[in-house]
Amino acid sequence: MAEASYPDDLLYHPEHDWARVEGEEATFGITWYAQDQLGEVVFFDPPEVGTTVTKDEPYAEVESVKAVSDVFAPLSGEIVGVNKALGDKPETINDDPYGAGWMVRIKVSDPSECDALMDQSTYTQSLT
Amino acid sequence: MAASPETLRRTPLFDRHKALGAKLVPFAGWEMPVQYTGIREEHQAVRTGVGVFDVSHMGQIETRGRQADALLQRLVSNDVRRMPEGGAQYSVLCRDDGGILDDLFSYRMADEHFLTVTNAANHEADFRWFEQHAADFDADALDRASHYAMLAVQGPGAPTLVRSLTDGRLPARFHCCQRTVAGVPMLVASTGYTGEEGVELLVDSDRAIQVWDALVAAGATPAGLGARDTLRLEVCYPLYGNDLSTDRGPIEAGLGWATKEATGFIGSEAVARRRAEGPREKLAPFVIDGPGIPRQGNAVVGGGEVTSGTMSPSLGVGIGMAYVPVDSAKPDTPIEIDVRGKMRPAIVKRKPLYAREDS
Repeated sequence: MAEASYPDDLLYHPEHDWARVEGEEATFGITWYAQDQLGEVVFFDPPEVGTTVTKDEPYAEVESVKAVSDVFAPLSGEIVGVNKALGDKPETINDDPYGAGWMVRIKVSDPSECDALMDQSTYTQSLT
Repeated sequence: MAASPETLRRTPLFDRHKALGAKLVPFAGWEMPVQYTGIREEHQAVRTGVGVFDVSHMGQIETRGRQADALLQRLVSNDVRRMPEGGAQYSVLCRDDGGILDDLFSYRMADEHFLTVTNAANHEADFRWFEQHAADFDADALDRASHYAMLAVQGPGAPTLVRSLTDGRLPARFHCCQRTVAGVPMLVASTGYTGEEGVELLVDSDRAIQVWDALVAAGATPAGLGARDTLRLEVCYPLYGNDLSTDRGPIEAGLGWATKEATGFIGSEAVARRRAEGPREKLAPFVIDGPGIPRQGNAVVGGGEVTSGTMSPSLGVGIGMAYVPVDSAKPDTPIEIDVRGKMRPAIVKRKPLYAREDS
């Protein structure tokens, strides 16, 4: 499992989800803290491309051996891509939560929602 | 979380778990290691090598006296008189209506002396039940839970590893004997909860660290309650609080083999009636056919409920046990599980879901 890290180019949601905003699109995943709390991820149930996600609402489920956990959308928008590779290798979420362990990519519907998210230092302070 | 960390009890090995970096969780009033390095790795260590579990949260009740066997016979579902000195026996503890209060392993240490291992969550109630009925017999029930630490050493390599630390032969399967292991006298029982070979060690709490350290130094992999759960579910051993409860009896739970109504134990009349009538539902193991992981509380389409479910580390698919109508409980019956709104096809299987290649 990777070392604890919280990249400074991401926006963070209190439910331990991250968003990487690039132009009109954003990529989502769960933070190092979230995957550590879950333990080894054994199943990721992705949403469909074309469906919409709403900020603060669950859009997918991630399961470890012991538990099921909702994954929350840090921003609203329409799903334009899902990480199909997680179907076969869900443990990638543990190994590389900010890279190969990404979950979905969306077309952001309301960029002003970004203002409500935390930056790296605010998020890491919230963990202590 | 039911209790704050301050109120949780700790086993004598707590500092060892901390030092190993275990993830500690509240479990039945105890602060217990759910995993050290990872559930799948620990699971695999037990299936292919040797794992050691701290199960000191489990309780112990001693029954002794001239009528100790008669007392136990009245309380537990199995036929205690068939247990020889040095024998071990599985049973359930029933209420008058046949509902299950706990499932137990009893060890006959001497003719008039038994040790019964209880589940942590039930121990206090079990002990009161034992004590209350002991009044009718020339026998005493003693709460020994704080006296004993308990370690389970499990896996194909477990007998060899334990033998290398002991002064004599290990007991045969489902037997127990006094031995010195790693310099500490203890009760060694050839029982377990993983489907693998191995022993359970009942040792004075004060000496538990010495034994744990010797086992780990000899190569046993520390394994947590997470792996204990996946291991037991693959071989379809029921877990009290999941698969067993006061709502159902031993016949529905598939424990008729450990239930000898002719002995007249408390609840035997209700159990005998249920056996004669045939149960309406039975506990059935199943495997998910495709993606998805069943969980406790999921409904079975057409009636029934999942009482245990997980991702099987050995099989790589979702597995579980569910109470289903008797007609659906036959092996190879297709069923459907409602996993939080998604219908997941599954197939009822025979026990165990996982079997060692050599067995």
